[in-house]
Amino acid sequence: MRYFVRKVGMFFVTIWAAVTLNFVVPRLMPGSPVQATLMRLAASGQVVTNATKRAIEIQLGLPHTSLLIQYGDYLLNIFRFRFGMTYSITDESVSRAIMAAAPWTLVLVGTTTVLAFLVGTMLGVYAGWKRQSRVDSIVTVGSTVFSAFPPFFLGLLLLYFMGFKYHWLPLTGGYTPGLTPSLSLSFLGNAFIHSILPAITLIITSLAGWVLGMRNNMINTLGEDYVLFGEANGLRDKTIAFLYVARNALLPNVTSFGLALGSVIGGSVLVESIFGYPGVGSLLLTAVNNRDYPLMQTIFLMITVSMLVTIFVADLLYGLLDPRVRQ
Amino acid sequence: MISFRNKRRDIIKGVTVEIVVAEDDARPLNEESKSSYNRPKLPGPFVFILRAVSTLWRNKKSRVGLVILGFFIFVSVMAPILAPHSATATNFKPYQNPNATNWLGTTGNGQDVLSQMIYGTRVSLLVGLGAGLLATLIALSIGLVSGYRPGIVDEVLSFTTNLALVLPGLPLMIVIATYLRSNSMWMILFVIGFTGWATGARVIRSQTATLRSRDFVSAASFSGERLLRVVFKEILPNMVSLAAASFFGAATAAVIAASSLEFLGIGNPNTVSWGSILYWAENDNAFLTGQWVLVFAPGIAIVLLSLSFILINFGIDTLSNPRLREK
Repeated sequence: MRYFVRKVGMFFVTIWAAVTLNFVVPRLMPGSPVQATLMRLAASGQVVTNATKRAIEIQLGLPHTSLLIQYGDYLLNIFRFRFGMTYSITDESVSRAIMAAAPWTLVLVGTTTVLAFLVGTMLGVYAGWKRQSRVDSIVTVGSTVFSAFPPFFLGLLLLYFMGFKYHWLPLTGGYTPGLTPSLSLSFLGNAFIHSILPAITLIITSLAGWVLGMRNNMINTLGEDYVLFGEANGLRDKTIAFLYVARNALLPNVTSFGLALGSVIGGSVLVESIFGYPGVGSLLLTAVNNRDYPLMQTIFLMITVSMLVTIFVADLLYGLLDPRVRQ
Repeated sequence: MISFRNKRRDIIKGVTVEIVVAEDDARPLNEESKSSYNRPKLPGPFVFILRAVSTLWRNKKSRVGLVILGFFIFVSVMAPILAPHSATATNFKPYQNPNATNWLGTTGNGQDVLSQMIYGTRVSLLVGLGAGLLATLIALSIGLVSGYRPGIVDEVLSFTTNLALVLPGLPLMIVIATYLRSNSMWMILFVIGFTGWATGARVIRSQTATLRSRDFVSAASFSGERLLRVVFKEILPNMVSLAAASFFGAATAAVIAASSLEFLGIGNPNTVSWGSILYWAENDNAFLTGQWVLVFAPGIAIVLLSLSFILINFGIDTLSNPRLREK
């Protein structure tokens, strides 16, 4: 029980730290977002009056009050889910813009993380079990090489061969332009076909970590005495491989779930930009290009918090799976 | 340790004399054996690197990595001699496919791609190695201090490390780079260095914690040596391979992250680097115009450079553990 209490406590402290960091970072940087926004407005030919300036200041949460009050306002607004308006899209609030993009990324990142975990772990189990074999060296060398690939390069390669050269799969977007997003079967099918290339890119780039990690754990676990005992008892190879070794070797891999998620999210920013996928990553880049600070800050907060929640769940799961860490 | 395995048969005046030589004495007194006799102290950086390279050379994977890295270092040093044209001059016909004068074609602005690739090696190498070094220095100082000072210092530093570990890397870099609003190569280097130290710090911390309870460390601290001296003179020399491993790990991540940021156009797109060649290729729709070289050449260079770091890392364990060296 103490394990879980400690984990829950740590979770809330971490969330608080991340939220606070999101507040502090922009204020540590040179120049103010207000100034940048005003300059952008002026450059686009709009008339900037004092009223506009004040409106922007209020919106950005940077009025001339003390830092403490700003911080309080910031926290309060988070609890009320009020994040202001975005400049990138006309007449759209930050929350609504993110809500529209979030499902795309959630589905893409969620599915690819789980698939990469499953496929990578299976490959790792096999490579570790049959170590020094031909399959093992192919899998290991392949993973090593692919871990050197930046996600965007792999994405571009796939785009070139699968999309442009052979026209097997659509080049860009999350769905065929002209369709309206709905939950109908035809739309979901269309969205699925569009998501294949981004998904493959993400899976391949994140596969390597799982494969190599699992292979290492397998080889370490294979040296344990109970494996020898199982062999001496005449158990079948498959029983030993899956029920004795893989089950125990899997545990450390669960903890690296959080870290893997971080790289998948980073990868998804790149992949979404290449494939013009209408998710949070594309939105983040739109915000960055428009110097849309409220949108950018909120997206970063959302990404961080959702990552922390996933890691927290993985941690709890680890506690359930492995009684030793609960002590 | 004296063993009598090395027997020398010397024939003196027809009489066979068996001279038994202790194994350790039989070795010629080169750098390596000298330092194994004396107390470990850090030699000059040049000797240190040479010794490290000669140790790594014995490992096959590391050797391949060293050759690739050596090639890139050679290219970046010799860039003015090797490059056939200027990297920035726009005096060629734009959108040329590879031909006799421009071996890799020209960009949309009429620059020679091969020369850009050659000069771009400098930026990628500098950012990769520089950011890797910065991240390792931060990781070492935080890891050593928090491993050696249990209690509140360790708690705070460990919490910071864990927080930095779970923050989504690429989005964080994008956000910080956008707030900084300077887009030089150095900015990218510092952002990557300051965000990529957490993994290394965690490993170094746990290794320091185990070393702390060893006899030689207790002896040093009981004999009245200052904290800094114990940490840097007693513990640090035992961490060479860990520090090197975290350096190459951070450098791999840095090469990929830097090219990702450049590819997204964060950073200065007018700096000649592999990432910016890709940025312009994507901007000019190089695939659609059939200029696939613009994507392939820098992409493969990035993969090779990060692969070289990964490969070198395979042999890094042998640096401080002679038992692992291949005969």
